[in-house]
Amino acid sequence: MEGFGVVLSFWVLAAVTLVSAGGVMVSRNLFHAVLFLITTFVGIAGFFVLLSADFIAMAQVIIYVGAIAVLVLFAILLTPHAGRDNGETRMLLPALLLSTCLGAVFIFVIVDADWRTISESPSVGVRELGSALLGTWALPFEIASVLLTAALVGAIMLVRSPEEEAEDALV
Amino acid sequence: MTLNIEQFLIVGALLFCLGLAVALSKRNAIGVLMGVEIMLNAVNLTLITFSRFGESARPITGPTFVVFVITVAAAEAAVALALAVSVYRNRDTVDVDRLNFLKS
Repeated sequence: MEGFGVVLSFWVLAAVTLVSAGGVMVSRNLFHAVLFLITTFVGIAGFFVLLSADFIAMAQVIIYVGAIAVLVLFAILLTPHAGRDNGETRMLLPALLLSTCLGAVFIFVIVDADWRTISESPSVGVRELGSALLGTWALPFEIASVLLTAALVGAIMLVRSPEEEAEDALV
Repeated sequence: MTLNIEQFLIVGALLFCLGLAVALSKRNAIGVLMGVEIMLNAVNLTLITFSRFGESARPITGPTFVVFVITVAAAEAAVALALAVSVYRNRDTVDVDRLNFLKS
């Protein structure tokens, strides 16, 4: 990948994504952490555009920024007395140590490995993605729809209040 | 100036490690879930990077897997947040340090 614009947008996206992911770690207020999380998701969507995966970028914006972020915000709203505190447990130091070691290993392996790469982008448009999803991967696709239905029903069952369950038992 | 596979993979690896640190160290259950979401995003970025740069006979497999990862992440987020709300109703807290009802 060459060109000044592409390289510049890569570094800007990398800075935005990593800084806002760090903001999720360091911000004391849970609401601010969610806002940083949304920025991280948008940055990842930008990476997908840069890697010419347009449909995945759109799905990322719709599902992560649109749905999951709103779901997290609602979960924070529904747990009011739990506080907006985004503090750490006693395991902060081991967690930081473990993730630093893991990151060092990852970076060593990535730099050291001899990747066999291609220069021009392969053609993976929406058409190819659709025929792969409904052709080769039709069975996992259907199983994913069953999983989504199960998650929908499960989430509704879990958040029902005891009064509603009592009313349903009377009927 | 050129961009290679290494730069993208390093961003994905750093993002994964940040998500891991968040997931392991946060006290609020919703914070832990945010760390898990960051880790899933980092993995998606790595998959798309390999599908764009990697030498493969079927480059469509990477984006297909990303679609399934996003689906499972959405289902997981819905159920996990419902669990957090349900636990909050019973215990008035979502502090993972104080959720120890399996301890006898």
